[in-house]
Amino acid sequence: MLEISGLSAAYGQLTAIRDISLTVESGGILAVIGANGAGKSTLLKTIAGQLKATTGSIRFDGADVTALSTHERARRGIVLVPEGRRLFGSLTVHENLQIALSAKRSGVWSLESVYELFPLVAERRRRRAGDLSGGEQQATAIARALIANPAVLLLDEVSLGLAPAIVGQLYDRLPLILEQGTAILLVEQDVAQARRVSDEVHCLLQGRTSLAGKDLDLADISRAYFGAEATA
Amino acid sequence: MSIVNAVIQGILLGGLYALFAAGLSLMFGVMRLVNLAHGAFAVLAAYGALLIVRTGALNPIAALLIIVPAMAVLGFVVQRFILQRTLGTSPLPALLVTFGLSIIIENTLLLTVTADQQRLNLGSFDTAAIALPGGIRIGAFPLAVFVFALVVLALLSLVLSRTQYGRLVRAVSDDPGTVQLNGADPKLIYGFAAAIAFGLVAVAGVASGVQTSFSPSSGSLFLIFAFEAVIIGGLGSLWGTMLGAVVLGIAQTVGAAIAPAQQILIGHLVFLVFLAFLPGGITRQKALR
Ligand SMILES: Nc1ncnc2c1ncn2[C@@H]1O[C@H](COP(=O)(O)OP(=O)(O)OP(=O)(O)O)[C@@H](O)[C@H]1O
Ligand SMILES: [Mg+2]
Repeated sequence: MLEISGLSAAYGQLTAIRDISLTVESGGILAVIGANGAGKSTLLKTIAGQLKATTGSIRFDGADVTALSTHERARRGIVLVPEGRRLFGSLTVHENLQIALSAKRSGVWSLESVYELFPLVAERRRRRAGDLSGGEQQATAIARALIANPAVLLLDEVSLGLAPAIVGQLYDRLPLILEQGTAILLVEQDVAQARRVSDEVHCLLQGRTSLAGKDLDLADISRAYFGAEATA
Repeated sequence: MSIVNAVIQGILLGGLYALFAAGLSLMFGVMRLVNLAHGAFAVLAAYGALLIVRTGALNPIAALLIIVPAMAVLGFVVQRFILQRTLGTSPLPALLVTFGLSIIIENTLLLTVTADQQRLNLGSFDTAAIALPGGIRIGAFPLAVFVFALVVLALLSLVLSRTQYGRLVRAVSDDPGTVQLNGADPKLIYGFAAAIAFGLVAVAGVASGVQTSFSPSSGSLFLIFAFEAVIIGGLGSLWGTMLGAVVLGIAQTVGAAIAPAQQILIGHLVFLVFLAFLPGGITRQKALR
């Protein structure tokens, strides 16, 4: 459903990802792993349209979306939960969720069903998003993205800066999201966490694919993750 | 003129200044753009009304029904095709471009309608007044402008707090990039904000043209009054802007009672006092309300 081929992107002169190809099936899940600076966030930003692709293409539901702007992609169902959550700090939690109604997509996710999925977010709905704890913010960010009824949900490091117990709770929600037919492309530094939710992983190393596949051997993964020299 | 009377006249004048300032405040709050052509667009609207009135078909108030929508459309177009291109990390391009626009408008008016002072007439409504005890007279037109300003700001603040467009405006002023991730186009949000701002400044320009005379070069004074009201009130707050406008109005009318002919100077001095001792304005809040 989401097909990426030969994708590269750059910040000015600095090419951050090079020749990445991957596919996410409808209703499927894929975890992208890699060390700090490997280009994981860059990949998601390019798919969401925040960064222009320098080469390659992004096809979605059979259409080429490489040239579309970010909000047009969101309206087609490619929705990113960005690194660092990026809630609207001066708006309430409820208002943050309502913003995503602007994607004008219908589906199973509504304010009610999302609050049901994240009771903690429902409890905090009247609070200013800027006053939430990190875990509450991350849950709100995912909830907001779901309101847009994504066909594919892009999750950038859900675990960033959160206690393991909270991370566990958030990851527990993912199967319920997948169940509703939403595909997930997630980025994670924690290999064990990534493998728990997804059989298939895609490993980046310095902007390139170093390994990709299903049910991979842990030794192979760590070599691809850190680079050959590091383990030799 | 008694002090009480001067204060009352100042409050009413504040209503007019609030109409000038609200659009400036809104555009700054939404897209961090300082529109130096704000006053020039008010003058343009006043001349537009004058043109319509001269055809003999409508009075200045009825002319608003044409001028306000026309200015709103102009605002949308100017934002989408000119101002949008100046937005970025540096405020300088927007300042230069809007300054340029103000010069273009002023000079075009000078060439086409001459530098003569003009005035919009409402006939008997111009001089109608409500007499209060103590010799205080409240002009019907200034009172109407004040009430209109209150109603419009209340409506605008309701739109900002309750509607999806209002939420988008506040969200985009927090983080435009993330608004896009949620499927909304910041450019469109900016365009509508400019339309509202231009519609408001059109009313202000016409109302001012009824209350005092204007010429092609009146824009800079309108701009300064709007700026002063916004800064006194506190950036980004609509009610703060209303309050700032009233403070400026009172400063001018009380100033005129004390030292006739120095009212504008005294207004500036009060503004400077606020800038020196309360630089955040009366209401200091970061978020748009
Ligand atoms: N806004 C930016 N401007 C310039 N260079 C950037 C920018 N963002 C990222 N980079 C560079 O691009 C490369 C990839 O960064 P990216 O953020 O995609 O890594 P990441 O895999 O997400 O890392 P992390 O796990 O730390 O989030 C890095 O070398 C980084 O320094
Ligand atoms: Mg990252």
